[in-house]
Amino acid sequence: MEVTGFDTWVLSLAVFLPLVGALVIMLIPKAYEAELKLVALGSSLMALVVGAYIAVQFDYGAAGELQFVVDKGWIDVINSRYIVGLDGLSLPLLLLSLVVVPLCLIYSWNHIPDPGNPKAFFVLLLILSTGMNGSFVAQDMILFFVFFEVVLLPMYFLIGVWGGEDRRYASLKFFLYTLFGSALMIISFLALFFLSKDASGELLQTFDMRVLTDVAGVGIIKSTQVWIFAGLFMGFGIKVPMFPFHTWLPDAHTQAPTVGSVILAAVLLKLGTYGFIRIAIPFLPEGAIAWAPWIGLLAVIGIIYGALGCLAQKDMKRLIAFSSVAHMGFVMLGIATLTDFGINAAVFGMIAHGLITGMLFFVAGSIKERYHTLEISRLGGLLKAAPRMGWILGFASMASLGLPGLAGFWGEFPAILAAYNPGAGMPEETFRTYMVIAAIGTVLAAGYLLWLYQRTAFGEPTEEFAGHEIADVNRDEWIAWTPFLIGIVLFGIWPNLIFNVTDDVVSGITATVEAIAAGS
Amino acid sequence: MEALLAFSRPALDWHALAPELTLLAFGTLITVVDIIWDDRSKQAMPTLAGMGLLATLLPILTLAVDGTERSMFGGAYVVDDFSLVLKALFLISGYIVILMSVDYIRDGDYYENEYYTLMLTSLLGMVMMSSSRDLISVFVALELLSIPAYMLAAWRKGGARSNEAGLKYYLMGVFASAVMLYGMSLVYGLAGSTTFGVIAQELGSGAANPVAILGILFILIGFAFKVSAVPFHTWAPDTYEGAPTPVTAFLAVASKTAGMVALIQLVFVAFPGRDDVVQPFFWLIAALTMTIGNLIALRQNNIVRLLAYSGVAQGGFMLVPFAVAAEAPARAFEAVVIYMAIYAFMNLGAFTVVLAVARKTRSGEIDSYGGLFQYAPGLAVAMTVFLAALAGIPPAGGWFAKFGLFRALLDAGGGWAASLGVIVAINTVIAFAYYARILVQMWFQPVPDGDERPIVITGALRAALAVTLVATMAFGVLPGLVGHFGEVSVLSALGG
Repeated sequence: MEVTGFDTWVLSLAVFLPLVGALVIMLIPKAYEAELKLVALGSSLMALVVGAYIAVQFDYGAAGELQFVVDKGWIDVINSRYIVGLDGLSLPLLLLSLVVVPLCLIYSWNHIPDPGNPKAFFVLLLILSTGMNGSFVAQDMILFFVFFEVVLLPMYFLIGVWGGEDRRYASLKFFLYTLFGSALMIISFLALFFLSKDASGELLQTFDMRVLTDVAGVGIIKSTQVWIFAGLFMGFGIKVPMFPFHTWLPDAHTQAPTVGSVILAAVLLKLGTYGFIRIAIPFLPEGAIAWAPWIGLLAVIGIIYGALGCLAQKDMKRLIAFSSVAHMGFVMLGIATLTDFGINAAVFGMIAHGLITGMLFFVAGSIKERYHTLEISRLGGLLKAAPRMGWILGFASMASLGLPGLAGFWGEFPAILAAYNPGAGMPEETFRTYMVIAAIGTVLAAGYLLWLYQRTAFGEPTEEFAGHEIADVNRDEWIAWTPFLIGIVLFGIWPNLIFNVTDDVVSGITATVEAIAAGS
Repeated sequence: MEALLAFSRPALDWHALAPELTLLAFGTLITVVDIIWDDRSKQAMPTLAGMGLLATLLPILTLAVDGTERSMFGGAYVVDDFSLVLKALFLISGYIVILMSVDYIRDGDYYENEYYTLMLTSLLGMVMMSSSRDLISVFVALELLSIPAYMLAAWRKGGARSNEAGLKYYLMGVFASAVMLYGMSLVYGLAGSTTFGVIAQELGSGAANPVAILGILFILIGFAFKVSAVPFHTWAPDTYEGAPTPVTAFLAVASKTAGMVALIQLVFVAFPGRDDVVQPFFWLIAALTMTIGNLIALRQNNIVRLLAYSGVAQGGFMLVPFAVAAEAPARAFEAVVIYMAIYAFMNLGAFTVVLAVARKTRSGEIDSYGGLFQYAPGLAVAMTVFLAALAGIPPAGGWFAKFGLFRALLDAGGGWAASLGVIVAINTVIAFAYYARILVQMWFQPVPDGDERPIVITGALRAALAVTLVATMAFGVLPGLVGHFGEVSVLSALGG
C-alpha cells in the first residue's frame, strides 16, 4: 500500500504532538497555570484526534500488514532508519496510550499531587506519552529502543517528585531494574543485527523489524537464539514484570502518584509484553520455543505469588499492584503457549488489564485523597459514605476478577484455555499443569478482590471517619473515568472488537513459529 | 663532522603545520601582550585565547577540505582525517574550558595571563599528539601537554589542596613517564626504529618476544596513568578535587582524550599484530576501571570527586573497544572516537553546571544541590540532561556512545567480548545509581537553607552551557552527526 500525503504524517504526529506540547509549555512561564494546562490537554487531545483518524482510515481487511508506513533515513552510519508503521497489534495499544494520557491530565487538572508544580508535572506526562506512543509504532529496533528508554526518566521523576513517602527508594528501584533490562536488551538487538541472515545465508546487518520478522531467525542456530532470547527476556520480562523480577512494581505503584500508577499499569507494563509479541517471538522462534515452558512456569508462579501477595497486603494500592503481577502472569501464560488463541488472549488481556487496573488505581487515588490513607483496615463503608465511588470500585473489582461479560474475562479465560493445547513442539503435560495452577489463580483472584471490596465498601464507615463528609465522585473524575468504564463493558460484551483487529498479526506470528517447529 | 654537514633540513609542509603554528603564535602573543601592557591587558586575555583557538580551527578546516593525507619526518608526524577530527575536538573542548574559566579565574585570586598561555600550550601538546606516529613525537607531545597541566592543577596557589593536587599529579605523571620511557627503550631496542610503522613490522605477530611484551606493557601502563585507568587512577580524585574547577574539567576531558588518542595510535598503528598482549591487558583494565570507578563513585559526597570517579569509570568504558581491537578494528576504533567526542560535551556540560551552582552555593557537596529545580529550573534541567547522557539514557547523547561499545563487542563476537558486554551493562546500571543521587537532590529534596535566590549565570557560562547542551541533545537525537566523524576519521594506517 502506497502511503501518500497526509497519511505519511499521521503516525509521527500521534507520537510527537505531545512532545511539541511539552516544549511549548516549557516556554510558558509558571504563572500562567491555566494556559499551561490547556496547552497540555490540547496537544494530547490533538494526538488523540490523529489517533481517531488512524483508527478510521485503518484498513481492517489488511490488519496483518503494517500501514501508514514511513521509512526515512536516520542514523545512516549504523544502518538504523526512522521506520514507523502500525498493524492490528499496534493499533489497540496505541489507541489505549492515546486515550489514557488526556484522561490522566483531566484527572490531575485540579489535583496536582504535592509538591505541586503543574508545569513540570504536565511536561513529564507529555514526554512520557511520546515515548509510549513511539514504542508502539517504531519498526526499527534502535528507534524502538530510544522510545522505550524515553519513558524511563519522566516516570522516574513522576514517582520521585510527586510520590509517597518512600518515593526515593521506589523510583530508583524502578529505574535500575528497567535500565539493567534494557542494557541487556540492546546487546540482544545488536546480536540480532550482526547474526541475522536471509534465506540465502547473506548477512542482513539491519535493524529493520519488518525484515527480521520476515526472516524469522533462520540463519541463527538454536543455541545462539536461546542466548539472544535470554537478553530480550531480561529486557521485556523486567518491564512486564515477570516473577522474580517483579519486586520493583509493588514499590513503584504504591509510591507513585495516582496518574503515575494509572499510566504504569495501563501502558508501561504493556511495553514488555508487546516486546515479546512484536520482537522476541517472531525474530527468534526457536529461542521462543525453547524458552516457552520456562516463561509459562514463571508466569504461573507470578499468578499464584501475586495472588498470595494480595492476600497479605494491608494497603489497598499495594494490593492492586500485586494483582497486576498476577494479571500480567495470565498475559505471559497466554504468550508462552505460542498459539494463536493464547497470544490473542494475551493482547486482549493487555488492553483489559490496562483499563481495569487503571480504573482501580484511579479509585484508589481518589480514596486516598479523601481519607488520606489506603490502609484497608481503616477504610470501610465506602458504599455508604460515597455510594457512586463504592459502586465503581465494585464494578472494577468484578471486572478484575474476570467476571464474564466484562473485559477482564476475555483476557484470562482464553489464556487458560490455550494452555490446554499449547503450540507445536511444546510439552503438553507441563502446560496442562500450568492451566490447572492458573485456574486456581482465578479463584484466589476472586478471593482477594471480594475480600478487598468487602472490607472497604461494605458495612458502616469506621469510627475514625464516621463523622466525616466524604465527597462522592466529582466532575473531573467522571470525565476521566467514564471512558474506562465504557471500555470495560464494551470489550466485555463485544470482545471481537479487539480480537478481529489483532488476529491477523497474531496468526501470522504463530504460523511462523509452527513452521519452524515443524521444520526442526 | 662529515655527518653533521650532511644534515639537510627535512621537508616542511607549512600547510600541515599551520594549526600548530597558529596556536603557538597566539600563546606567544598572550605572553608578549602581558609583558607590554601588564595589568591593563587582563580583560582581553580570555578573548585573545578564545580567538586563538577559533583561529586554529581555520587551517584545520582548510586541511579537511583539501583532504590529502600529509606525512612528514619519515612518517613521524601525520596529518590525516583522524588527526584533524581529534584536533578540532581538542580545540572545541579547549574553547569551552576557556568560557568556563573567564569568570572563575577573574574573580578568584589567580594569575590570569599565564593561565591562558599555559592552557594554549597544553592544547598545543594535544593537537600534536593526534598527529604523532612515532615514539619520540608521542613523548614530546605528552610532556608538552602534561607539564602546563601540572602547573594549572596547582593554580590556586594559596590553597593547600590545590598544591597537593598539582604535586600529586606531577609526581604520578613523572613516574608514568619514566615507566613509559623504559618501555619505549625496550621497544626501540627490538624494532630499531621509533616510527610506529616500522615497529609494527618488526614486532609483527606470531610468537612474542618476552622483552617486546614487557616493552609494550610498560608503554601502555604509562598511558593508563594518563587516562586514570584502575589501578593507576589514585591521583585523579585528589587532583580533580583540589584543582580549580575549570582545570579539573580540562583534565577530565581534554587531557584524558589526549591519552586515549595516544593509545589509539599505539594499539592500531604500532602494535596491530600484538593483540595477544594488548587485548587481554585492555580487557582486564577496562573491566577493572569501569567497575571500581563506579563502585567508589557510589560513596562520594563531593560532586567534583563524584564526577572524578565517574570520569574514571567513563574512561573504563572508552577502554572497552581496545579489547577487541584485532577482531573488529574499524568498529572498535569508531567506538572510541565517538565515545570521546560525546564524552567531551556531556562531561564539560556537567562541569559547567557545577561551576554555575558553586557561584551561588560556594559548596561542592552534593547536598548543596537540594531543591535546585525550584530556584534554578533551567540549570537543573541542563544537569539532568548531562547526567542522563553520562548514564547513557536516550535521548540524551551518551546512549550512542555506549551503543558504539556494544556494537564493537558484538561485531567481534565470542565469549570474552560478550562477557565484557555484560560487565558494561551492569556498570551502566551502577553508574545510574550515583548520577541519580544528584538528580534526587535537585528534584526531590527541599532547598537546604531555604535560600531560594536565583542563580546568576554569566554570559560566558551561558555560552558554554548552550554549546554543550545543544551538542549533547543533538548527538542523542541525530547520532549520525557524531557517527559521521567517527566514520570519516579512520586512521590512515587502518586503510580507510
